[in-house]
Amino acid sequence: MLSEIIIGIIAAAIPLSITFVLVGIGEMFNQRAGVFNLGAEGIMMVGAFLGFYVEYIMKSGPGSSFLGMIAAIAVGSLMGAVMAVTCVNFKAEQGIAGIALFMLGWGVAGMLFRVYIGGTTSIVGLKALDIPFLNSIPVLGAILFSHNIMVYITLVIIPLSWYLLNRTAWGLKVKAVGTAPRAADTMGVKVDRIRFQCVVIGGAMAGLAGAYLSICQTHIYADNITAGRGFIAVALVYFGKWKPTGILWGALLFSLAHSFQRSIQVYGIDFPYEIAVMFPYILVIAVLAISGSSRIMAPTMLGRPYYREQRD
Amino acid sequence: MKHKQFSSLAFNIGITAFSLFIALLIGAVLFMIAGANPFTAYAVMFTAPLQDVFGITEMFVRAAPLLLVALGISISFRSGILNIGGEGQILIGAIFGLVVALYFPKMHWSLMIPLVFLASFLGGALWGGIAGWMKAYLNVNEILSTVMLNYVAIQIYNFLIRGPMMDKNEVVYGTGASQTARIAREYWLTKLIPGARMHTGMIFAVVMAVIVFFFLWKTIYGYRMRAVGVEVKAARYAGINTKWYLLLAMIFAGGFAGLAGSVEVLGVHHMGLESISAGYGFSGIVVALFGGLHPLGAIPASIVFGLLIVGADMMQRAVQVPAYIILAIQGLIILAIVSSNVFITKKSMKVKVLNLFRKPAGRSPHAQ
Repeated sequence: MLSEIIIGIIAAAIPLSITFVLVGIGEMFNQRAGVFNLGAEGIMMVGAFLGFYVEYIMKSGPGSSFLGMIAAIAVGSLMGAVMAVTCVNFKAEQGIAGIALFMLGWGVAGMLFRVYIGGTTSIVGLKALDIPFLNSIPVLGAILFSHNIMVYITLVIIPLSWYLLNRTAWGLKVKAVGTAPRAADTMGVKVDRIRFQCVVIGGAMAGLAGAYLSICQTHIYADNITAGRGFIAVALVYFGKWKPTGILWGALLFSLAHSFQRSIQVYGIDFPYEIAVMFPYILVIAVLAISGSSRIMAPTMLGRPYYREQRD
Repeated sequence: MKHKQFSSLAFNIGITAFSLFIALLIGAVLFMIAGANPFTAYAVMFTAPLQDVFGITEMFVRAAPLLLVALGISISFRSGILNIGGEGQILIGAIFGLVVALYFPKMHWSLMIPLVFLASFLGGALWGGIAGWMKAYLNVNEILSTVMLNYVAIQIYNFLIRGPMMDKNEVVYGTGASQTARIAREYWLTKLIPGARMHTGMIFAVVMAVIVFFFLWKTIYGYRMRAVGVEVKAARYAGINTKWYLLLAMIFAGGFAGLAGSVEVLGVHHMGLESISAGYGFSGIVVALFGGLHPLGAIPASIVFGLLIVGADMMQRAVQVPAYIILAIQGLIILAIVSSNVFITKKSMKVKVLNLFRKPAGRSPHAQ
């Protein structure tokens, strides 16, 4: 019985972690380039709504889930571009601009939900698919081989993003504009252009992460569906020391916390619901406190706009 | 010299007005997406509350907590800390205030009301202080810690008003509405106009704004806090205990947000209800930025945003666009303000804008 519960908690944690990984990898790119995007939460809300809405109007027809996710990527890129214009072109204070973007996304998603849907409806979404043979392996089968397709796509995105960052010329430029923009500029790298691209990528990934939540995970849309996951992901990037694998481990840790918290409710253990829900957030605070001193790993120019025509 | 100063001021106002115009323009697109005529919607939002006593008094009801939160935000931003935790600090402040108002022995209102305010200040200060302490001594990003503390505070608040602090009558009658008992009538803040909800909270907030102004600009502590905000390294070199002043800034920021909580409890709801913070923690940021991070600037700014929030409610009834849109518009306004800021502070960017209005250099080589 106990081992079943533990396997259940771990198996449930893996699909939960995908949201964190997707938005975290995107955030990693823009932070590596020196831009701190706190608006990820707001972008996720709009992505979650739009993804849900596209599938909803297509009545969950064939391909509608994927179309929903593509729409979410598009709207995420657009909101990322808004953030990029503000922080890269207009050199705005990134923390405040991020919170503004969060409020924008929160308001837009809340408004559109009330105008175009209104009540609670559900969609079919992407269901978990059991991979034949592999899913009948004891323990591992349940944990690894019976998830929705996006889980496996995300597992491809992780090494891909590592390769992009560490083995391509573009990745080198990204790291350069985040650590030494003046030097990069001298070498002919267009600092603002690279930063702009990274913020748009971050937005696109956040949009996709939002759509993953509504399409693959909950199959409904509700206010505050993201419940701070965008903010947690930003903390995860710190925790994961700006590396794809670090983000993956962090995401798994938090998803285990979420999953554990849920199983407390599912198994009817007499424990106040509110205290259980609090648990992941307290974990984030604790992790931030522990990893606070590792800021030395951070991109040097994180949060600092680059003024081309001015001396440092 | 005078002329130059004047033209610089005109430039600053011009660039801010232009960026606000862009923000409202994007807001107009949102109205159109929601299927409403943006002109009508904006007209209702900005003017409808000003047309009757109800609207004007409600504007001040909203402005009071906004101003208090904005004061705290101004202090923390001036000290170089971005406090996003207003929501949580309001809730914890409200809890502390409620405990005093509901469970302390009966006393005269002139004793009780200051005690409630003090308690909620301490509650908010505790909540802000956690983030401030983590920022100063553990180097934890304050934006992330305050955001997380918001989520924790919401759960603590809901747990208390649904559980231990729930109204006994709700339990007895089995209605189970998650709210606390009503506070004794003599502790309510006095209503200024019969029949309207407007209470003395706004006067209290304005007095606080003046006190904060004197604190920040006329005392050594305020000076040191601002010095830490301008350049931490320089402040430390000058012998200021920067960690202590960062912590102090968050204590004040949280404390003022906490006061907003008790103003809502004593002035408006007279009990603890769900979502009592009503987004004031975030809107307070907009108010503080709109007021130029100046305590006295926050007074008119809070009235403007009080107007917008009441206006959004009226707009919802008039043109059937959810009042949620006001959040999006506030977000756009912040984006506009922080975007326009660079043209005011950085000369190189200012020159770029001014060059747009000058004759092209090629045509008039002697223009320089």
